[in-house]
Amino acid sequence: MKLLEQMKELTQLRGISGCEDEVREYLIQKIQGHCHRYEVDNMGNLIVHKKGRQTGSKKVLFSSHMDEVGFVITHTAKEGMLHFAPVGGVTPAVTAGRPVLIGKNAVPGVIGTRPVHLITDEERKEYAKLEDMRIDIGAKDKEEALALVSLGDQATFIGPWRELGDQSVLAKAIDDRAGCALLLDLIQGELDYDCTFAFVVQEETGCAGSKAVAFSQRPDIAVVVESTTAGDLPSAPEGRQVCRVGAGPVISFMDKGTIYPWDLYQQATKIAEANSIPWQTKEGVFGGNDARSYASSAAGAKTLAVSLPVRYLHAANTLANKTDIENARKLLALLAKELPRG
Amino acid sequence: MEIQEIIQMTKTLCEAPGTSGREDGAAAAAEALLAPLGPVSRTPLGSVLCTVCPGEPGAPHLMLEAHLDQIGMVVTRLEKGGFLRVANVGGLDCRLLPASPVTVHAREGRYPAVIASTPPHLCDGKEKPLKMEEILVDTGLSDEEAKKAFAPGNPVTMDGAFTMLANDLMLSPAQDDRVGCVAVIAAAKMIKEKAPACKVTVCLSSQEETSGYGAGTAAFALAPDMALLVDVSFGDGFGVKDHECGQMNGGVEIDLAPAVNRGMFQRLCDLAKEKEIPWQTHIMGGRTGTDTDIVAASGRGVRCGLLSIPLRSMHTAVETVSAQDVLSTARLMAEFAREVK
Repeated sequence: MKLLEQMKELTQLRGISGCEDEVREYLIQKIQGHCHRYEVDNMGNLIVHKKGRQTGSKKVLFSSHMDEVGFVITHTAKEGMLHFAPVGGVTPAVTAGRPVLIGKNAVPGVIGTRPVHLITDEERKEYAKLEDMRIDIGAKDKEEALALVSLGDQATFIGPWRELGDQSVLAKAIDDRAGCALLLDLIQGELDYDCTFAFVVQEETGCAGSKAVAFSQRPDIAVVVESTTAGDLPSAPEGRQVCRVGAGPVISFMDKGTIYPWDLYQQATKIAEANSIPWQTKEGVFGGNDARSYASSAAGAKTLAVSLPVRYLHAANTLANKTDIENARKLLALLAKELPRG
Repeated sequence: MEIQEIIQMTKTLCEAPGTSGREDGAAAAAEALLAPLGPVSRTPLGSVLCTVCPGEPGAPHLMLEAHLDQIGMVVTRLEKGGFLRVANVGGLDCRLLPASPVTVHAREGRYPAVIASTPPHLCDGKEKPLKMEEILVDTGLSDEEAKKAFAPGNPVTMDGAFTMLANDLMLSPAQDDRVGCVAVIAAAKMIKEKAPACKVTVCLSSQEETSGYGAGTAAFALAPDMALLVDVSFGDGFGVKDHECGQMNGGVEIDLAPAVNRGMFQRLCDLAKEKEIPWQTHIMGGRTGTDTDIVAASGRGVRCGLLSIPLRSMHTAVETVSAQDVLSTARLMAEFAREVK
């Protein structure tokens, strides 16, 4: 399927917040011939205008973010090891012991550790701190390290796309390349109404890109297509699972950044039900996304968040479900048909 | 021998699975590399043996040893939703496991999977590392599919693509102790080119990470007069103290411990100097934590020399080793074998 194929390719591109170029170039290439007009703004957001069969009474904008979480190189030590800082929310638990790729030339490196044989019982009870971790690229000193990488280079997780059984996929950066792939799929199809699509930068570091898009585009309705955290493990009590992989796209009523307008939330859930598309809501107020920018910029827009439930978000290997992806695709197509009508 | 051959052999052996007691995959890959060098056999416990040179009548018997097994996990129970409960095989750092990619080796083949973790959105910053019994493997399969595919006892290995870093550093899981196996096979190849007076046998042992029984039983069966054993040692970097580690790219590490024969230790050091093979030493006061401890005391006793290859991030999916150090180790073993009479 083209959607999954493009999603796979998108997850394997490298782009932390502020380094989204590879993703943007890929998308520009894929939208050729499928849109009326596109622009890249000063921040690097890609905004795509696509004509439908007619113009609706509401300006609807679909938004997903191009950046992924990762690291930035901040310092090289004299023995050749690299210091780094996280970009976006990355925990020590998913950082230590990971291979990474650094900079434009994708120099391989590794966040190594002291061996388990040498750590004390006390150390064993705590995760190591991010600021104490280093990346090894094999350089023997600072000079050799700086010949291979530069300060400010991005370091990205390695997380190949793998299919688990018939239903599950595992990869890095499903957050939010899945959203990018879903928007791309809409652009490549036919639309009833004109729609605007924004592929934004810098979501993971505070939703900066979407603020500029919200200001320049002034949509009536912004639909944020995201990936959200599924905590459905056998070890988690049901009340703490938030949402579940395989139970359909997630339509949120509230998160830490946005209270979604109740009328739009209800309209979306009714559309799903009327078309027998399984859906779920986010059972708890956690996280946040670009909807906060659209809700609060300029005169404000009505917002809706449609997310793919994903396990192990913000790590090198995140898990999503193919049926959820297909149901999200169906729901978004219906929203593009209904929302611009007003 | 070219460094490229060392790198290629390491990749081949590291990509073959073989957790302790379940070394079949790695054993088959090692046997394929050893077959051109002499008759190959497997012991009841799964160690791989190869007679490289029969030796002159009455000449001493030298065993070249490294261990074949790697650390990993084993499935202990099937949980709901396609999750698996696991136990460690060998020493693992549970702090490194969340969201790690793994492979479950089931009857019908290999299944990619991932260790479950808590995403940052649901963390409060006070999370403690999970204990082994709390770790879950997410297979992404439905209950029905999982029941068909998996059973308690299935081995689980940690994934990682074989990658080259700068300065001939190799990055891959299972380098502990497949690089030792590579050094032994490379040495056997060099020895085979000009057969020495002594009898030379290769022994790639099973179960070092859990018990050492593989090496102990194989050494008893072979009853060599002397043995050169190759394992990995802690490489420098990531806060390992100077006296606890060997230097990456610092050459073969020649070790001394009570179980090591002092004469062999001295000869290995002298030989490295003479032949200009890069070398370093590491002195230990007690057990070596390698097969040397059990081989030295097997049968009527075996004179042992211990060589180590420095390795960073031991017992993780990102073990790092210098290919140059592996080559230095192989060269020193070959030089040693040439003069045993």
